[in-house]
Amino acid sequence: MVEAAAPPPGDLQFHLAIGSRFENVEIVQIVLNDVLERMGVEADTRHWIDLAVREAVANAVKHGNQGDPGKRVEICMCRDGGEVVVRVEDEGAGFDPRLVHDPLAPENLLRPDGRGIFYIEKFMDGVEWGARPGGGTVVTLRKRVAEAAPGAAGPAGAGEPPRTEPATEERTR
Amino acid sequence: MKISSRQREGVTVLEPQGKITIGVGDVALRNAVHEAVGAGSKNILIDLSGVSTMDSSGIGELVATYTTVTNRGGKLKLLHLPPKIQDIMQVTQLITVFEVFDDEGEAIASF
Repeated sequence: MVEAAAPPPGDLQFHLAIGSRFENVEIVQIVLNDVLERMGVEADTRHWIDLAVREAVANAVKHGNQGDPGKRVEICMCRDGGEVVVRVEDEGAGFDPRLVHDPLAPENLLRPDGRGIFYIEKFMDGVEWGARPGGGTVVTLRKRVAEAAPGAAGPAGAGEPPRTEPATEERTR
Repeated sequence: MKISSRQREGVTVLEPQGKITIGVGDVALRNAVHEAVGAGSKNILIDLSGVSTMDSSGIGELVATYTTVTNRGGKLKLLHLPPKIQDIMQVTQLITVFEVFDDEGEAIASF
């Protein structure tokens, strides 16, 4: 019996297109987690990436595409050197993250909404917002993970808990 | 997502299992709390030990249920926060809002 060699991390990537339904977030989560696991990204880091991507996809469904199941959300993930990069695109009217309220302000602490972008920026190392050609929003999420040694089964990624300050410096719009 | 409910010394103890996330778990949590409040419960303890993931909608629902119960003169407290939920409560600063317990007996006695 010949055992297939594991592909190098750079070959692990995916591109998904989903209809704008919340239940489809679970499809993304299953594929994302599987690919991250094959990359050797350890469980804690996978958890934080999963949470951030959930928020980005849920935002695209809810605020971008306004829940219109006929509009698609596209998600692609790849490895870029020491980073996992996830890009989420919607077909909505565009979005300015600077208009979202600060969920840590005392007057907002008991608001039930408005923590999605906070989650994304807290759990990832870099976040860039942009306009999608033809209309819509593109958000690019980056997370540093440790380089997996060739053939190593060990974990990649520091698994550190979320930072205490949001990564606002990488906003582009 | 399943949520079981039981009574202990006048406190409704809710035990969600699974993910409290947008569109499914958050709605289930809202319904369970509203059902308890509708049945006359003033004091509610949510045991989060079985919760694996809580997204911003789940956290938002937790805040909304806290407000609902408090506005009706009741109390809503949390029990057994898993480490990742604890991290989220810290970064969102909601740890300053909720009373959190590691021991159920102690939590029940606090109402």
